[in-house]
Amino acid sequence: MAQAQALASKPTSSITPEKVREGIAVEINGRPFRHTGDPDMPLLWYLRDVLRLTGTKYASDHGLGGADLVLVNNKPVSAVSVPMHELADKKITTVEGLAAADGKLHPLQQAFVDEDAIGCGYCTPGWLIASLDLLNRHPQPTDDQIDQLPNLCRCGCQTRVRRAIKRAAAAMAGGRA
Amino acid sequence: MSRRTDTPALPQRRRFLQVLAGTAGALIVGVRYAEAGDAPVPPAMLGDALYGLGAYVRIDADGNVLIGARDPDTGTGVATSLPRIVADELDADWSRVSVVPLGLGVENGNGEPRWSYGHQLGGTGSSISAAWTDLRQAGALARWLLMQAAARRLGVPADRLRTQGGAVISPDGRRFDYGSLAEAASKVAPPTAPVAVKTPDRYTLIGQPAGDVDARAIVTGQTQFAIDSYFGDALVAVLVHCPWIDGSLVNKDFREAEAVKGVFKVVELKPEPGLLPGETPLAPSVAVLAEDTWSALQARARLKLEWKPGPSGSESSAALEQQATELVSAKTPSAKELAANPASQPIAPTTRVRNDGDVDGMAKKAARRVDATYVQPWLAHATAEPMNCLVRVDKDRAVLVAPTQAPQRAWSVVQRLTGFKPDQIEIRVPRVGGGYGRRLDHDFVAEAVMLAKLADRPVRLLWTREEDLAHDYYRSASVHRLSATLDAKRQIVTWDQRMASASALARRGAPEQRLWTSEVDVNQLPAGLVPNYRSDWYALQSALPRGPHRGMPHVANAFAVESFVDEIANALKEDPLATRLRLLGDARQVPLQGGGTFDTGRLLNVLKLVADRIEWKNWLRTVNGLGIACWHMDGAYVAHAVETSLQGQKLNIERVVCAVDVGRVINPLGLEGQIAGATLDALSAALNLAVTFKDGQPQQRSYKDYPLASMAQLPDAMDVIIVPGDRDPAGASFLAMPTAAPALANAVFRVSAVRVRRLPLMRELLRLL
Repeated sequence: MAQAQALASKPTSSITPEKVREGIAVEINGRPFRHTGDPDMPLLWYLRDVLRLTGTKYASDHGLGGADLVLVNNKPVSAVSVPMHELADKKITTVEGLAAADGKLHPLQQAFVDEDAIGCGYCTPGWLIASLDLLNRHPQPTDDQIDQLPNLCRCGCQTRVRRAIKRAAAAMAGGRA
Repeated sequence: MSRRTDTPALPQRRRFLQVLAGTAGALIVGVRYAEAGDAPVPPAMLGDALYGLGAYVRIDADGNVLIGARDPDTGTGVATSLPRIVADELDADWSRVSVVPLGLGVENGNGEPRWSYGHQLGGTGSSISAAWTDLRQAGALARWLLMQAAARRLGVPADRLRTQGGAVISPDGRRFDYGSLAEAASKVAPPTAPVAVKTPDRYTLIGQPAGDVDARAIVTGQTQFAIDSYFGDALVAVLVHCPWIDGSLVNKDFREAEAVKGVFKVVELKPEPGLLPGETPLAPSVAVLAEDTWSALQARARLKLEWKPGPSGSESSAALEQQATELVSAKTPSAKELAANPASQPIAPTTRVRNDGDVDGMAKKAARRVDATYVQPWLAHATAEPMNCLVRVDKDRAVLVAPTQAPQRAWSVVQRLTGFKPDQIEIRVPRVGGGYGRRLDHDFVAEAVMLAKLADRPVRLLWTREEDLAHDYYRSASVHRLSATLDAKRQIVTWDQRMASASALARRGAPEQRLWTSEVDVNQLPAGLVPNYRSDWYALQSALPRGPHRGMPHVANAFAVESFVDEIANALKEDPLATRLRLLGDARQVPLQGGGTFDTGRLLNVLKLVADRIEWKNWLRTVNGLGIACWHMDGAYVAHAVETSLQGQKLNIERVVCAVDVGRVINPLGLEGQIAGATLDALSAALNLAVTFKDGQPQQRSYKDYPLASMAQLPDAMDVIIVPGDRDPAGASFLAMPTAAPALANAVFRVSAVRVRRLPLMRELLRLL
């Protein structure tokens, strides 16, 4: 408000008004970023090529398989399918943003470690994001709800992922009680 | 001085352990392949840089232990299991061990490569057994040196000391941390004879469960796969491959692509003539080199290309299947007929793989006969991490970050393309996003090196998923025709297996008479158990690219054989478990062709374990379907039992049990993961997957057309039973592949009365229901 008034009034010779900042403002894992490149660039390549946040993986061109999932305003989104211009002022969470600032793992991450729910590990970030979204919607998910996860895994980690989700659900319920 | 006139014998390659003092008082122990009389490697080669780690074990003065993992970990867990073998021999404190993936170990031996780490191969089931031979020695030697150092310091004989949890313990109970002994140990003269390895009663880590060493890095997104690696100024390269490996580019217009902002260059690449597949690009291509991935992809979409098919452009999977069916259905000529007139018998098997007893003669006397034909599709690899490679080629040095299963093979591709000396090539191999045999071939490495040379800039090559599915070294389709005859006592008297497939070894330099070896196992069930057993293989002629595929050749053969055993049981109106138990007979050693034996007792054991766990006694009563299958390969034994239900057209896999006997188990948690993972992978393929070719082109271009099984299709949980053993450990990364699909098909038969003889199963089941 104060700034708006300052801009409206005639600037003094010693103060240059701030230029309108260009680009697309996004918040990624709690930190502000501004994308000044091609607005059509998909989020995946912004994360990987520009920010070098490589936890979000490329696995297919249409987001099938879920390795490129991120949370946008807490909803799962395929990062390869969404262009940057749709993300102005949105809050994005990638796998790098799941642990606490002090490095303590999120209960879901801890559950994946404890259940060794990892094959080659390439698709694991996508499973974590999809599972976190599931737990956000259904804190005690049923097997049928877990069945709806869109992720694919050729290493066959699905039975271990299911155990990890249930373990995390129990741990998180314990934390709330 | 006289000159030797006789031909000198080739230098004896031998392997020896080497001890070196590292920087800052570290003890370093490695295993090298070397020729007798070699000068030792100067310690200067062993810098502090992790990628320069020249050895398996490094103990620092602060007590931290670094263990190198030499075999690429494609999800097989060898980055955990191999270092634990070393750490156990060393009596290290596992909580103080860090594991470092060793890149390619290569030194210059007069222009020839000398492999510093011996075995460097991942995902072929050979890592554990190779490690058992030499990695234990590395750990034992380091421990021996530390004990000698402690003995000198304390003035007591080494045999009065013991080691535990990263420390030497004196007779009076004082602990000397390895870190405090490392520098002195590095100066101890190495032993003249190999050091004894531990007896099993002293194992502390081997046999105990351990989570993946990379787990924390993976769940936090910190693990860098090759695809996540960057050199500051590398260009991104994306390709459009010719739809046919033998096709060519007839018309092109790169202008629109070149006009895209950020594009550096558009170039053509071609396979080099006269080379084997896997050493050169798989197919001609046009590559876009750009400053970033998005620019490259946009330009790629603007390429105007017209390709012309080569001879493979007329091939189709349907025609190949028809050809295969004709081959296996033809009357097999007798030996007498063949000898009399070979020319008049065009459809003789390419190879008679095995011929025990007198199949034709005994079959005539049989009381009854069972026949069936099984058809299995082409398969792609579909690794999670697509083909990619980061490469920098300087004037006298090449550095690569490559997702390879076989860094030594990758080296030879780079060497040929650069002409560099062996040690001018550095290949880093981080964790690999799945292999399954695809990354034993290095077409993508060749492409990346070619492009880096053309652009005179570092290059980061990325294949799109569409390129990955459409340009693979596929697993061939196959047709099996099985015939068995039974006597009045219901014993299987003759077994006649005919298989037709396009060999994965064809066009790869293997002689004609060895092409069958990638397609069928000479010792596979029920060979050795049926007195009159014949296995014929027919070569399917095809120019479509093929290559190694997970569990080959067991996966396709076990599906046919173990389905057929069920069909025999059904013909006899017998419980299929009982049929198998009769077939296996008493526990005994059955000789294998080529040496060794297989133990029917171990196979019976895993079979009975899964039967008990799934409550096979309910086989006849339950409304659900129970199915079972067993197999042996390479000294390991596996059985699966599956329970299915059917609601309308919806097939549910209710329960899956797998029992394995691999001898000694290094990491039971890792093994359980491998067994569960391979089971689900095999079920996914059997349920859904097929690549079909039309006009020489694969019709599948995305996960939509090549649908790996969803969470909903797969079982919610599975039981893995691990048989404890004390024999030398066998590989297990694909052990659970062969029996999952036939156990499923057998269960489906029980629940639906539909015998699925063609994969993928879901399509066939819905057609027949």
